[in-house]
Amino acid sequence: MAIAADYQESACRAARAMVTARVLEDKLRSLYKAGKIVGGVYLGRGQEALSGVLGTQLIPGKDVFAPLIRDQAGRTGFGEDLLDVTRTYLGSVEGPMRGRDGNIHRGRPDKGMPAMISHLGAAVPVVAGILLAKRLKGELDGVVGATCIGDGGASTGAFHEALNVAAVEKLPLVVVIANNQYAYSTPNQAEFSGNLADRAAGYGMRGWEAKGNDLADCLEKVGGAVAAARRGEGPQLVVADLLRLSGHGEHDDGAYVCEDLKKGPLGRDCMDIAKEQLLSSGFIEEGTWENWEQEAREKVTEAVALTQREPTPDAHGEVWNACKAVGAETY
Amino acid sequence: MSEVAYIDAIREAQRELLADDPRVFIYGQDVGDFGGAFKATQGLKAAFPGRVIDSPIAEDAMAGVAIGAALEGMHPIVEMQFADFSSIAFNQMVNHAATYYWRTGTPIPMTLRLPSGGTPGSGPFHSQMMESLYAHYPGLVVVAPATVGDAYHMLKESVALEDPVIYCEHKLLYRWLKADNFENDSLPLTKARITRPGKHATVVTYSAMVHEAVKAAERLSEEGWEIEVVDLRCIKPMDTDTIMASIARTGRLLALGESFPWGGVTAEVVSRVASDGFHLLDAPPMRLNAKDTPIPYHPDLWRAHRPTPESIGEALRKLLNF
Repeated sequence: MAIAADYQESACRAARAMVTARVLEDKLRSLYKAGKIVGGVYLGRGQEALSGVLGTQLIPGKDVFAPLIRDQAGRTGFGEDLLDVTRTYLGSVEGPMRGRDGNIHRGRPDKGMPAMISHLGAAVPVVAGILLAKRLKGELDGVVGATCIGDGGASTGAFHEALNVAAVEKLPLVVVIANNQYAYSTPNQAEFSGNLADRAAGYGMRGWEAKGNDLADCLEKVGGAVAAARRGEGPQLVVADLLRLSGHGEHDDGAYVCEDLKKGPLGRDCMDIAKEQLLSSGFIEEGTWENWEQEAREKVTEAVALTQREPTPDAHGEVWNACKAVGAETY
Repeated sequence: MSEVAYIDAIREAQRELLADDPRVFIYGQDVGDFGGAFKATQGLKAAFPGRVIDSPIAEDAMAGVAIGAALEGMHPIVEMQFADFSSIAFNQMVNHAATYYWRTGTPIPMTLRLPSGGTPGSGPFHSQMMESLYAHYPGLVVVAPATVGDAYHMLKESVALEDPVIYCEHKLLYRWLKADNFENDSLPLTKARITRPGKHATVVTYSAMVHEAVKAAERLSEEGWEIEVVDLRCIKPMDTDTIMASIARTGRLLALGESFPWGGVTAEVVSRVASDGFHLLDAPPMRLNAKDTPIPYHPDLWRAHRPTPESIGEALRKLLNF
């Protein structure tokens, strides 16, 4: 499917974020397998088109983006430094989390990217609260807040409460559900009944359904949702079908994923689809995509090499105080 | 100023916070035109339109919204309709708000107001004390004012603080506890107070139990015992120095609380005194708490469930006669 010429710039920005994310995550996978990363590694493999489009539709420095675990492409698209990723995964003290938290829990709240916790749905009201505060400060005009969740996280009470609040307050919140068919190992039929997209009407929100592995469709639907929120049309719920092309984390081989899904349309890699679409639309030439990959490899290699030379935390020098204003090490 | 009550202190502190600090807003169920279930926000929406916001019945989202607003530089006050319902907000508070500064270096200056403790007829789900649960988690400040002046000053200090604060206000004190004005002795937020000096035994307590302890101490004074009552005021961090200094004077400890008996604030007090002040003790440290059942509905059962001046007095006599 060719992409309309109007989308050339946004399609290419999203695609570059996708490419960087895939290259980076391949490296993270290798580092994990080599024992260089402790704890979990959670990849967005198969979700790059959806996430990358969302991240690049947002405006860094103005909008808010609360990514979840499979949003490397969105993070990169929203301007996350590669070093934030490598430093957090490798535990460098130079990173935003300083070894105190790892992997995908990183964030830069001062740059509009809150740091997630593992409890699913918890970030949704936080983005709503940021938007509410911006309204109180008179700074909400033209701002969008976005966050992502999965088919599993959409089952939580936190998710429901937050969507309801966002709808009541008519906040410019875009919630993207990546339905990757499995919540860890639990398939859709054991996770929810009916169609996730129908829930939008239940909240009084506008709903969008996207083909999550299709760059062109994500540009139209996710881009449409972000634009509608930016115009002041209230919260938007996007449900995108796709397939997770990895385990839940790199400790998991995903053996439970149904073979028919892998062979079917959802199993097609969004990277292949995006590359074909950019080429057939005349947005890139033969070799451009490979050049992007090569550039990404060089940047990723550089970031990993720099990070590996940096110090890891010193437990003796650590300040063991979880509060800011109340005295150090008292409880 | 004519006589003011504990609830007036909470309302007035919020009124002044809204007037003085544009970063403050109030979010909670029925807090707007209705003025809150206990009227702690009465008249505030009219005075500060747009800054006293009614929320849906969504405690998790209410806390989450406050965390987001705090990230944006605001100092929100969230009113839980009853402390008991904050169990639904617990995840946001202990895993999100409490961990944020440690993890990211970005503080979460929000205050969660918890109308706490029992009143006759309130039953299992409108009477709970939640301070021990929140205090267990690093990254939260937990306060429990027992006086009108503390209710006022500690709320103002809590909202100004750059950390998330769990502000436990006792419902029994709302209208019963009165004072001439909102003044207090300017103790810092995290310092305990010697409410009543004594020399034979120390009761370490907080919130409404301070008043029950004082009643028990008054009765025992008729028998010649001088009981010191320490009001913790701040549960977390806990002012261990003031506790130890009191035990050094009296040699005897009764840790008193309205919470359930397993673990909690009183266990923490006893543990600190036993491990750091064993040499100061003339008798084994004692604890007195509510009973280990849900909080009963019927007033006769409710009164027997929580410590009373009678049961406190009985415990103290045992302690003194050891």
